[in-house]
Amino acid sequence: MNGRVVQESRWQARRRTPWRGFRLGLLAFPAMFVGSWFLLVLMTLGLGLGVLLFPSASNLLRGQTDLYRRLIERWTGTRIDRPYLPDPERLEDGFKGRFRLLSSRLQDPATWRDYLWTLADPIVVFFTAALPGWLILYGIWGYLCAGFAGEIIVNAGGSDWYGFVHVGPHYPADENARIATVALGTVFIVAGFLSAPRLLAVYGRWGRSLLGPTEKSRLALRVRHLTESRTEAVDASAAELRRIERDLHDGAQARLVAMGMSLGAIEHLLDKDPEKARILLAKTRESSAKALHELRDLVRGIHPPVLADRGIGDAIKALALDHPMRTEVTVELDGRPEPPVESAAYFAVSEILTNAAKHSDGTRLWIDVRHEAGMLRISVTDDGRGGASLADGTGLRGVERRIGTFDGVLALNSPAGGPTIATLELPCALSSPKTSLS
Amino acid sequence: MRVVLAEDLALLREGLVSLLETHDFEIAAAVDNGPSLLKALLDHRPDVAVVDVRLPPSFTDEGLQAALAARRRVPGLPVLVLSQYVEQLYARELLADGGGGIGYLLKDRVFDAAQFVDAVRRVAAGGTAMDPEVVSRLVATGTRGAPLARLTPRETEVLELMAQGRSNAAIAERLVVTERAVTKHTANIFTKLDLPVAADDNRRVLAVLAYLNR
Repeated sequence: MNGRVVQESRWQARRRTPWRGFRLGLLAFPAMFVGSWFLLVLMTLGLGLGVLLFPSASNLLRGQTDLYRRLIERWTGTRIDRPYLPDPERLEDGFKGRFRLLSSRLQDPATWRDYLWTLADPIVVFFTAALPGWLILYGIWGYLCAGFAGEIIVNAGGSDWYGFVHVGPHYPADENARIATVALGTVFIVAGFLSAPRLLAVYGRWGRSLLGPTEKSRLALRVRHLTESRTEAVDASAAELRRIERDLHDGAQARLVAMGMSLGAIEHLLDKDPEKARILLAKTRESSAKALHELRDLVRGIHPPVLADRGIGDAIKALALDHPMRTEVTVELDGRPEPPVESAAYFAVSEILTNAAKHSDGTRLWIDVRHEAGMLRISVTDDGRGGASLADGTGLRGVERRIGTFDGVLALNSPAGGPTIATLELPCALSSPKTSLS
Repeated sequence: MRVVLAEDLALLREGLVSLLETHDFEIAAAVDNGPSLLKALLDHRPDVAVVDVRLPPSFTDEGLQAALAARRRVPGLPVLVLSQYVEQLYARELLADGGGGIGYLLKDRVFDAAQFVDAVRRVAAGGTAMDPEVVSRLVATGTRGAPLARLTPRETEVLELMAQGRSNAAIAERLVVTERAVTKHTANIFTKLDLPVAADDNRRVLAVLAYLNR
């Protein structure tokens, strides 16, 4: 999730934090323009012009708050999910479609929360994330004052305060005032660096409270996800049943019928032509072996025996043994996931391995299976030429759908030139291991 | 020759019992679940055990586990495992302890009584009997090792039969060539695969598998 965050030392983090907050503060200026534009568009809704401009304006607003979400997640570690309700499906072109989009977006509380954010954030950010940056700058200004700027101000006829120190006509000659300025400036700088992490964290929470999903939108998103994955699961299992039915019908069933017919013929031939009957018998036995073979393959496709016997770890080891590429498997599991999860993971891995064999052009594979933080995590790495993508690989899309039913995710990292790393994560609990006989 | 038999399907168990008895085996015990299999193996110390992989109570790989456990306590106990499926993983586990007397066959090999009984005898004698299906899959995935590509088709055939656990005489008979020709082929195979020449059948299989495992 935070793959883009470069590991930094604590010292680096301390040094950088105030300026991150400061940048968030600066971001308020463009955000205000975006907010004003959005308001303007809203006000022209009645004129009709607003209806045309609204989608782009709301996209702009969302883009702006998305930037905040990203920056807050990157800099504070507070993850903020996008709260938006899905747009209506199948938007017609033209005015009607725009109007439906308009009404759905206007009804989405997240739109208003976004707008509220652009109104309130300039003030909030100044007192939280951006404050340490200002403190440090002000501290530096103190040094400059004590050094030479104070003199310039006084000579220019100005008169001002630095904190409680009066920068007046006496200032250039007043040694004590200068020392006080430097001391005060140092205090500001130290305070800036010390307070920065906490204030940035406070800002993160503020961000989550307004930019994050509410309970309602979270539920709405969840319902949508579940509906989608259920539909896919139903479709997939229906297709699977059709495939099994067809395989049985064309394969084993047909062979058994043929065997019955041959047996009838053999019965008939037994007295008349025993030699021919013997040949036919041999053929029939061959047929029965073939039927068994087909049934076996069919069962293997439904529920692989090693998976049933030993669970996902050994099942993947068995897959690896049959794989044309040289494969290393490490498994760290202290139990077995639920059977449906196990099966989904198995077929997902099997598909990924098939893909690797077909497209990667590599020679070696590393598979890592572990259970961490409530997730079954399996990563498959090859030394191939990379360039795999979820967009064009129907196989990988299938993997995604398959594990999506269990809220699993597939992450693919495959730069051109390789290597390819496919990682799948499935939330699941492990049951205690089967006690072995020995 | 005394046999302990484990098979949970009553029909198949009866069938195996009568098949083995007609071929002059003595059935010391015929059991239908994992725990009693282990007990029977340790009590009777048979000349050979014929074991189904999937047995009650768990209906997973109880039979295989019991056989492996028994072999840990009685090293070299000859075990012929029968299964509806052949899995490389299980084949490798059976061969892993390096002792002789291991067999792993598909259940339908029982159809051919003569070959089946031959396999049982071979295992009882400390040899190996690997199902052709296991071997061909081993050889197929073994193509990732380049040296296999150097074998001639005939040598590959010989290698497959060798990996099944057959003696040179049996291979010669199967391929309808002289035993001398087979000896020559095996010598070539060992040279091409960089394997030390070994005397008995079982070590040949182990050598082949060790090579394929690389």
